[in-house]
Amino acid sequence: MFRTFRIATTASLLTLGGLASTAAAADLDVVASFSIIGDFAKNVGGDRVEVSTLVGADGDAHVYEPRPADAAALEKAGVVLVNGLEFEGFMKRLIETSGTRAAVVEVTKGIEPLKAEEEEHHYDEKAGEAGHDHDGEEKEEAGHDHAHEGHHHHGEFDPHAWQSVANAQIYVKNIADAFCEADQAGCATYTANAEAYLTKLADLETEVKATIDEIPADKRTIITSHDAFGYFEHAYGVKFIAPEGVSTEAEASAADVAKLIDQVKANKAAAIFLENITNPRLVEQIASETGLKVGGTLYSDALSGEGGPAATYIDMFRHNVETMKAAILGS
Amino acid sequence: MYDVLIGPFLQYGFMQRALFGSLVLSASCAPVGVFLMLRRMSLTGDAMSHAILPGAALGFLFFGLDILPMTIGGLVVGLLVALGSGAVSRFTVQKEDASMAAFYLISLAVGVLLVSWRGSSVDLMHVLFGSVLALNDEALALIAGIAVVTFLSLAVFRRALVAECLDPLFLRSVSRIGAPVHFLFLTLVVLNLVGGFQALGTLLSVGLMMLPAAASRFWSNRVGSLCLIAIVIAAASCLGGLLLSYHASMPSGPAIILTAGVAYALSALGGRRGMLSGLLASRRHKTA
Repeated sequence: MFRTFRIATTASLLTLGGLASTAAAADLDVVASFSIIGDFAKNVGGDRVEVSTLVGADGDAHVYEPRPADAAALEKAGVVLVNGLEFEGFMKRLIETSGTRAAVVEVTKGIEPLKAEEEEHHYDEKAGEAGHDHDGEEKEEAGHDHAHEGHHHHGEFDPHAWQSVANAQIYVKNIADAFCEADQAGCATYTANAEAYLTKLADLETEVKATIDEIPADKRTIITSHDAFGYFEHAYGVKFIAPEGVSTEAEASAADVAKLIDQVKANKAAAIFLENITNPRLVEQIASETGLKVGGTLYSDALSGEGGPAATYIDMFRHNVETMKAAILGS
Repeated sequence: MYDVLIGPFLQYGFMQRALFGSLVLSASCAPVGVFLMLRRMSLTGDAMSHAILPGAALGFLFFGLDILPMTIGGLVVGLLVALGSGAVSRFTVQKEDASMAAFYLISLAVGVLLVSWRGSSVDLMHVLFGSVLALNDEALALIAGIAVVTFLSLAVFRRALVAECLDPLFLRSVSRIGAPVHFLFLTLVVLNLVGGFQALGTLLSVGLMMLPAAASRFWSNRVGSLCLIAIVIAAASCLGGLLLSYHASMPSGPAIILTAGVAYALSALGGRRGMLSGLLASRRHKTA
């Protein structure tokens, strides 16, 4: 009896060893809620992790409907990465249903979240004066009229935090920490990968700031279709105004559209853009009424497909900033 | 006064387009809604907004996010669903509401299947459904075309339509025009709905079709006046709702439909055939 037991143990040890070696290609299965986090995870994990992304390229995570395959991916995952700040409405229930034992990591942990109300100043009459100091502005908003509040709320905070490179660096650190905890053997690799990627992000930050410096300060106002660039605005002093709210689900009012048109006519907004995930018609209507040319597509909530102009986070940021500059300076 | 009522429309092109488009759609949708209500098919519009998903999905699969193929796909599938359910109700014992439910559910399931197949998570319906604030030239042309077709058909087949809606058995006994008129009517319904979805979104096109029609029922018994009253209520709601959306900064679709909702509530209470007059009449009855 002992003998059989021993054989059984050796056999199972052998199979375990076998499993470990075949799995060496991917030591850690990671599920990322949407394409941008997926890109960070690939950069940090390198060859050691297998990343599956739920809301893929050009997808809209505000309205995503999960499939059974998603729950299956979650179940076998070692780490689940989500943005948090109520960005992925579908995620909480999906995680509960899948019964996954993986650590669910909110990668926005440690960033300074912007209140969704902060978007209010988009309707401020002073919207043209970009690049002014932000502390004064926040105080001013505290007393600002809150009548518009209802229609662009997801939650208390604006979830689109990745639109500032400094926040992306926090995302990457959080992801590296999560990977280290789940797969200690690979921790050195993850830390090294993260360091290398963080350096690239730091370069990107310098580059972005230099590009924006080339745009005259009084021209830094841009119209997009939904409020996804609050953090970008905060970090780089470019104003964004949008007819839709933070969520793509909200609907615009005639008053919002009229105000946008007034701002363009008063020469306060210099460029107008489409986003890759929203219905272009409203922006096109504003463009045709004001004679402003649509300056191209900005990538806000999702990366583009493989061959597209924004296949990675760094490409996305570079593409967005270059597109803004070209449109503003060209107008 | 002038600034409040007329100013916004003079000042902004998008407001003129919104007003023009929604007024034309009111004139075309509201009479169709009256006939739908008389046939007890008031919920068809909602069902149809789901039923066209496979058409939109097929358009998307073959042509990408282009609105024209998605609209044509939606129209074709909408027609299949409407005519299929019409045929079942016409040639079997099943009532039209039940066959419509069956057909739209099958269609919706096919649509979800097609969408998931490609694995895109852009909400197709979000892309297909328009907004009253963003009416471009094509959308306006589409609405105008639909209105012309609807008016001509209603004018030519009015008597047959009324008979077919109110007393199909009578019509069957005196003429063989019943079936063609029935299917023509269903085609008009699909045209108005799908065109309306594409131009204005679901809430507005279904709302402008049914709410004014339902409200008109409290004022009259005659089909002709029902249609006229429904058109007036729909047009007034568009004007009022757009102004509300402009001055009170409310989203336009809900603003217009809620205005129509207020008209419905007032009609239900104070209309000639509404609750108050009903109560008064029954009391008079008791005392007499």
